[in-house]
Amino acid sequence: MFDLLIEYAPRLLSGAVMTLKLTFISVLIAAMLALPLALVRRSGSRYLQGPVRLYISFFRGTPLLAQLFLVYYGSGQFRPELTELGLWWFFRDPFYCAILTFSLNSAAYQTEILRGGLQAVSRQEVEAGMAIGMSKGLLYRKIILPHAYRIAFPALGNEIILMLKGSAIASVITLLDLMGHTRRVFSQTFDMSVYVWAALIYLLVTTLFVLVWRRMEHRMTRHFRAPVTPSAPLTSVIKESTRVS
Amino acid sequence: MTWFEYLSFGDSGWGDELLAGLGVTLSLALTALPFGLVLGMSVAAASVSARAVPRGVAFAFTTTIRGLPELLTLFLIYQGVGMLINATLKWFDPRAAFFELSPFIAGAVALTLVFGGYAGEVLRGAWQALDKGQREAAEAVGMSRWQVFRLIELPQILRLALPGLGNLWINLLKDTALVSVIALNDLMRVANIAVGVTKKPFLFFLTVCLLYWMVCIVFEWCIARMEKRANRGIRSI
Amino acid sequence: MSVNPESAIVLQADGLQKAFGGVEVLKGVSLTARKHDVITIIGSSGSGKSTLLRCLNLLEVPEAGQLAVHGETLNLATDARGRHERGLQKQIERTRSRLGMVFQSFNLWSHMTVLENVMLGPCTVLKRDRAEVQPQAEALLARVGMLEKRHMYPDHLSGGQKQRVAIARALAMDPDVMLFDEPTSALDPELVNEVLCVIKELAEEGRTMIMVTHEMRFARDVSSRIVYLHQGQIAEQGPPDQLFNAPQSEQLQRFLSSQY
Repeated sequence: MFDLLIEYAPRLLSGAVMTLKLTFISVLIAAMLALPLALVRRSGSRYLQGPVRLYISFFRGTPLLAQLFLVYYGSGQFRPELTELGLWWFFRDPFYCAILTFSLNSAAYQTEILRGGLQAVSRQEVEAGMAIGMSKGLLYRKIILPHAYRIAFPALGNEIILMLKGSAIASVITLLDLMGHTRRVFSQTFDMSVYVWAALIYLLVTTLFVLVWRRMEHRMTRHFRAPVTPSAPLTSVIKESTRVS
Repeated sequence: MTWFEYLSFGDSGWGDELLAGLGVTLSLALTALPFGLVLGMSVAAASVSARAVPRGVAFAFTTTIRGLPELLTLFLIYQGVGMLINATLKWFDPRAAFFELSPFIAGAVALTLVFGGYAGEVLRGAWQALDKGQREAAEAVGMSRWQVFRLIELPQILRLALPGLGNLWINLLKDTALVSVIALNDLMRVANIAVGVTKKPFLFFLTVCLLYWMVCIVFEWCIARMEKRANRGIRSI
Repeated sequence: MSVNPESAIVLQADGLQKAFGGVEVLKGVSLTARKHDVITIIGSSGSGKSTLLRCLNLLEVPEAGQLAVHGETLNLATDARGRHERGLQKQIERTRSRLGMVFQSFNLWSHMTVLENVMLGPCTVLKRDRAEVQPQAEALLARVGMLEKRHMYPDHLSGGQKQRVAIARALAMDPDVMLFDEPTSALDPELVNEVLCVIKELAEEGRTMIMVTHEMRFARDVSSRIVYLHQGQIAEQGPPDQLFNAPQSEQLQRFLSSQY
């Protein structure tokens, strides 16, 4: 079992790098798409709401594999047209197709997560911002979005993990991510242990990610926990109580 | 041929083949569901156990299942369990014929494990959210432990877990598409074959997406109805 | 303190009307606040007093009437389709920045420290320099007795402490008028006093204030004028002694007798 690991470690590692690349590029692009979409979902005009809802429903209601095939193989049906438009180089490449599909898919999920976060922002705190004359833009920047992202943070972490795992299907369109390399090594060696090693690498990556994400969440929500910073010295308490009476 | 003819029923079109594939997809999901629920229930029971060993096993299982790509779980079952069975057969009888694990069974087992792993977490959450007073009230009227569980706790757990389980069911339906990779003639693979013959990938993969989408929307509607029914008598705030 | 007819008008509302879902809550309310006025709005629940205060700060935008603050008059009339005139939103934002609002439930921003809560308005809305705002914010916090807690987050403060921070936050905008919407109603009884003390100090130094409160003794103590609101209209108003000792209308008599 270890012989196999030593022999194929470089390939599994390069596969893992590919998996991380696929995941994080897609998740980042999706995050940029999700914010405007969530704002539309929350308070956009009725004409915009319809298409956005349809988009979200489609990407959440169909398998990622089917979406990937639709983009990667499906585009082949329009090869002449795409060549003419100068887009064929993009759709010919499995990596770009995977990034496109995963981004659109993740954006649909992230939009719904973010919408939930926006919905949960305290109406009272928003009102306090309005009361001092903040414009809509300021309200969003300083109060609504910081709260919405903090509320959505754990769910966004889950979504990133789902994307990390989901990216394994890129191997089906010949991309050599961790899953792709694993399948290739197996077809050459028929040694099951390569699947076990791949499983351990996936578990390691997801576990590390969960730990990092939790740490970040801990930092983000420090204002809800007991203060760790040097609390007010005793003298201040005394001063205060004399002042009040 | 027009797009419509490609999707028609009969010898020239692929409509009947696609529907048969959809049937395989649905029966795969429906097979995995009851086993997955039982597995999930057992995992949940183990994870709220007072003893450390069942808790540890449940934790290891859910963490592993939720950390592995579904596709990898599927390959591990399909190829790993297949090889294991063959090795065992060889060990008993060196002249045994090669045993091929059916892709349907491998798919159903893998999907059961995945569903069970996630359902375990959902059910555990519901279990822990149960109001302790309910149990005490039931014990106070002299119900047995089994009666308390079956009559008082289980219905409430299912109500609390319903939205989460509904989501998992939709995920299960979508995950069936992965089984096409190990050569089961489900909806996804039928489309692959059709594409190979007709060279119309966009048409067929779009049709597949629309079929899955339709199925998901129908089930989402059913789940919403069930939630409404399950929550009768519960006042929302 | 008595009404100063000669001092300048800082807030003038004319004929404010507001309805929620067809129910008229304000039926044409007019109110004038001159510099150094301390006006207390009283009335039974449902009389529209909180709505009136929220309309003055335009958290609820009236459907008819005018509001003049800081030399700017807002036309709040709506057209047949219930829409306000264009450009009103900018005017509303400007007007709000001239009025300090203190809420019943404090509404501090939970993701910012006490000091950041106080500094946010001056820095972002008034676009003033942080270095210049900070000492002023700290001075305000010292005045309400919260300087020591400036680096704490709101969730770690008591209700009374939160409300004092909220008052400092409103003062930091250097408002023309301070509005208080039942500032002590959400407080435990033993914390009410610390907040009332701060409000009283502000009254004594001549701040123009309009407040809604159930603390009748306090209202009588600090107000220059009492406004009695009944069913969305001003039924009676005048100096506290006059209203409390010689109420004219039967409703006010009944309301006052129910308060003690």
